[in-house]
Amino acid sequence: MVNLSVKESIAKSEPPSPGEHEDWRRFFSFSTDHKVIGIQYIVTSFFFFLVGGIFAMVIRGELMTPEADLVDRTVYNAMFTLHGTVMLFLWTFPVLVGLANYLVPIMIGAQDMAFPRLNAVAFWMVPVFGVVLMASFLVPGGPAQAGWWSYPPVSTQNPAGVLVSGQFLWLLAIALSGVSSIMGGVNFVTTILRMRAPGMTFFRMPIFVWTVLSAQMLQLFGLPALTAAVIMQMFDLTVGTSFFDPAKGGDPVLFQHLFWFYSHPAVYVIILPIFGIFSEIFPVYARKPLFGYKVVAISSLMIVGLSAFVWVHHMFASGTPGWMRMLFMFSTMLISVPTGIKVFAWVGTIWGGKLRLTSAMLFGLGGLIMFVFSGITGIMLAAVPVDIHVNNTYFVVGHFHYVIYGATVMGIYAAIYHWFPKMTGRMYNEGLGKLHFALTFIGANLNFFPMHPLGLAGMPRRVAEYAPEFAFWNVVASIGAFLLGMSTLPFLVNMIGSWIQGEKAPKNPWRAIGVEWLLSSPPVHHDNFKELPVFLAEPYGYGKSEPLVANPDTLEVTRELN
Amino acid sequence: MNSTEVDPLLTAPAAPSHAPAAEAHPDHRMFGFIVFLLSESVVFLSFFAGYIVYKTTTPNWLPVGVTGLDVREPAINTVVLVSSSFVIYIAERYLHDKNLWGFRIFWLLTMAMGIYFLYGQAVEWSGLPFGFTDGVFGGAFYLLTGFHGLHVMTGVLLQLIMLGRSFIPGNYDHSEYGTAATSLFWHFVDVIWIILFVLIYIWQ
Repeated sequence: MVNLSVKESIAKSEPPSPGEHEDWRRFFSFSTDHKVIGIQYIVTSFFFFLVGGIFAMVIRGELMTPEADLVDRTVYNAMFTLHGTVMLFLWTFPVLVGLANYLVPIMIGAQDMAFPRLNAVAFWMVPVFGVVLMASFLVPGGPAQAGWWSYPPVSTQNPAGVLVSGQFLWLLAIALSGVSSIMGGVNFVTTILRMRAPGMTFFRMPIFVWTVLSAQMLQLFGLPALTAAVIMQMFDLTVGTSFFDPAKGGDPVLFQHLFWFYSHPAVYVIILPIFGIFSEIFPVYARKPLFGYKVVAISSLMIVGLSAFVWVHHMFASGTPGWMRMLFMFSTMLISVPTGIKVFAWVGTIWGGKLRLTSAMLFGLGGLIMFVFSGITGIMLAAVPVDIHVNNTYFVVGHFHYVIYGATVMGIYAAIYHWFPKMTGRMYNEGLGKLHFALTFIGANLNFFPMHPLGLAGMPRRVAEYAPEFAFWNVVASIGAFLLGMSTLPFLVNMIGSWIQGEKAPKNPWRAIGVEWLLSSPPVHHDNFKELPVFLAEPYGYGKSEPLVANPDTLEVTRELN
Repeated sequence: MNSTEVDPLLTAPAAPSHAPAAEAHPDHRMFGFIVFLLSESVVFLSFFAGYIVYKTTTPNWLPVGVTGLDVREPAINTVVLVSSSFVIYIAERYLHDKNLWGFRIFWLLTMAMGIYFLYGQAVEWSGLPFGFTDGVFGGAFYLLTGFHGLHVMTGVLLQLIMLGRSFIPGNYDHSEYGTAATSLFWHFVDVIWIILFVLIYIWQ
């Protein structure tokens, strides 16, 4: 495929100048260039973000009124099930893999990922399992309705009596997603551990690389447990084994254990790269080195280690014995320590800095604020008595939406704005970016804050119909949700418009320190470097006037050099 | 100027003149394969954990009419599979010493032992009085042995590919990654079986 694009550029017999040699068709090809694959991941997953967003609009539309009057209840069940599934497996995981795909090899001074073809296969599985999941709308009985946890015995019901039911396709999609993610995990861990450029020691890696390494290690040891659970549930559903069927001696709680053994660490798979993005962005726009770089790096690994021992906090109400509750309450609270270290480091970085409030910085700051809020409710939920009280209520929904939307999506937006000039070679429109930020920040808080009082007052999650006294906060939340839906419009206009006709981006529009900013925008060749960078210093050397690499001028063949 | 600009793009992917670019593709496949196997082992660990939970908590563990599993035939199977790990090592040594026929004979012997294991498993399965859907015990038994058997089958297929490749002249001159990875996979399948044998057959 690489050769193909080379041949095409010869055929056109035009000089491949930076930014223009790119044929848009390569984004639809089986390219093995990590930069192309990164953008493929980001664009594909953003499409599914919009799909999952439409599902959310249906849910919030239904909840505008206390009665179940907008959609059929089975449709409502399918909506919240697929909303969760799509947002996690088809938006946050792949978009972060896309960002990592684009950035990690450049950041560590590698030419590409360790296994470029495996990388491309892993990407192309994303649209495949996306289609499998969406196809469940077409089968008898409709899509899966058991929520994204897919707890038995609800999930092992098969009222339509068909082999290929919505739940079957859900399980198949999750299994395929797992295979894709394991391929990615093997690739990232090998790349980061084995392909660092000369001088790129562990304690010179940007925090984003540290967090991607941590997140992918979590995928590697967590995902197989989910795969095992999915295989067992698949057999229960199709051939009638009794792994999770209590009537025949099975144990439904075992599914919960296997599911959460992966799916709690999965939260860290999502949030760790966001921590990395925050750590990359704050120093650039505050013009200060990252506060406590080494401690921030190590705290990522601490989160990896601890996250293997916290999963039961999702199961405090699942007949869990007392000693287990105590143990997991303690470990859950403990994991807030490395997280708190990071928050402290970011505040220390911003403190007294010369802030430039670009769209990326605004999203970073907004994400940080919402993350701190979700951290406080997280500590509340870690305490067993509080958790039992608000278990399965909107309080939990509000908490994790502050994490997943407030911190994660805002962090992803920050990253997209920050690296957009590098990826596309064009500048985005700052005004539209700020409008996008305002709509997102207001919309997210309007949408997700009301869920906390609702949950404390006892409104259960996953209901289509609720008591009239909950109406006020639900209407507020729905207005916020529609505002969030609207917020994607200026973003889309900005991204598409700027990519087509934005102002040409220089190499380093933000005066950022980082090896990706030493390459042209976008980097010209499949192999990132003509000459591998030789790293001399820790990242984030703002105000230190020490060179990052020994050979900044020979990294790339550019027009000027010729 | 135009021609000099085209040049680097044309030559960069393959050109040995760009020394760093050529060195940038060393062999990381074995490292990646080990990472994959570590991850794969967690699937088995999950099944083992599930088995232990079921074994210790299920009130009527064995299905009605089943008194236990016969250990003798599986024990023979175990001996064959574990020995094959040593045989494959001998094959690897022969390949390392560039003795291709020695490699092929011992490699083929490994395959034969793997196929014997699968055959023994099939004979055992066909003689059992319970099926996949007979309670948690039946499900767990067939899930574990079946998932492991699938890995043995994969191992034999990989071995077949590597055997075929030994007839391509010069195939193993530069890299023995294929055989080394297959052999590692074989040892992995072996170790999993030993744990599985202890859990299912010894601990009854």
